[in-house]
Amino acid sequence: MSVTLARAEPSIAGVGDYIALMKPRVMSLVVFTAFVGLMVAPGHLHPVIAVTALICIAVGAGAAGALNMWYDADIDARMTRTAARPIPAGRLLPGEVLPFGLMLAVGSVVVLGLLVNVSAAVLLAATIAFYVIVYTMWLKRTTPQNIVIGGLAGALPPLIGWVAVTESFAVEPALLVLIIFFWTPPHFWALSLYRTDDYARAGIPMLPVVAGAKETRRQILIYTLVLAPLGATPWFFGYAGPWYGVVALLAGAVMIALALRVRAEQRGYAASKQLFAFSILYLFLLFAMLLVDRLAGGLAGHLA
Amino acid sequence: MNDANKPPLFPPPLAGGDGEGESGIRLTPEQQRARRARSIAIAVSLGVLVVLFYIVTLVKGPAVLVRPL
Repeated sequence: MSVTLARAEPSIAGVGDYIALMKPRVMSLVVFTAFVGLMVAPGHLHPVIAVTALICIAVGAGAAGALNMWYDADIDARMTRTAARPIPAGRLLPGEVLPFGLMLAVGSVVVLGLLVNVSAAVLLAATIAFYVIVYTMWLKRTTPQNIVIGGLAGALPPLIGWVAVTESFAVEPALLVLIIFFWTPPHFWALSLYRTDDYARAGIPMLPVVAGAKETRRQILIYTLVLAPLGATPWFFGYAGPWYGVVALLAGAVMIALALRVRAEQRGYAASKQLFAFSILYLFLLFAMLLVDRLAGGLAGHLA
Repeated sequence: MNDANKPPLFPPPLAGGDGEGESGIRLTPEQQRARRARSIAIAVSLGVLVVLFYIVTLVKGPAVLVRPL
């Protein structure tokens, strides 16, 4: 399957195709983690400015997704999971997607800088550039460590949310960045274990393709063993209450148990699929508990 | 050269023309629907941006663009 570079007929691409370019599921996780970063930050941000910041972060994430689909159209066409995306399916041309992605990237950064603050805008620009240039254009096709290093781009949104409020850096959002950073490899490698053929066909050097399933299962366990205690550090350092600590430790224990099952799995991918599914819930639980903790703390302070 | 042989001053419309006798690309109903949906989406996006700037200006005051860097 090849990518269509030009067409004689006018486009039939709908609005849904342009929304698909922005990877709405990834965008929802980005917005949620940025929202938590924004909420747990000290200080006050007017709700209108907060919503503006979240819109800009969402659009910036969408821009990164669109530029990723523009650059990766050739390998998307060779993978079952991505063959139905707008460019490989022939509904949009690469030449239509590139300006769309660039316009969203520039627009989101400029609006964030004008309406919220310049520090957050610089961070958003760096995140988009890291995802598109470092991850998509460089690492993805050259090293099995692609999603490890490239995962930094997906880990930064809580910091952008924090900086939108404070215009400064701190340890607390850095811990949130680290949690997502160490969460990314077990999450994506669990997926790539049962998509190995797809990645191999596309020539992407994902860890299972290059180093084999056994090594990937071992690496998943190692990263999960780091992730589980790391997930509890906001409580350990006093940034979150005991309920957060309890949930983080319990969810971390489940992650380790599932990673051990993945390690022991000899046939099939049931454990890998379970780990992939639970890892999404794990991250959601941690960030939701941070939000609950901060809202409960704020309510208690208000009532006192 | 008499008038009948002169080339037209303006080229015929390239797309979307409904008039009889016009040459150029004719959009199918599906293409017309898709183009209309895209146009509405662009208009809504621009409208949201205008409203956003207006509200933020009200929130931050007239000195919205005056800020320490």
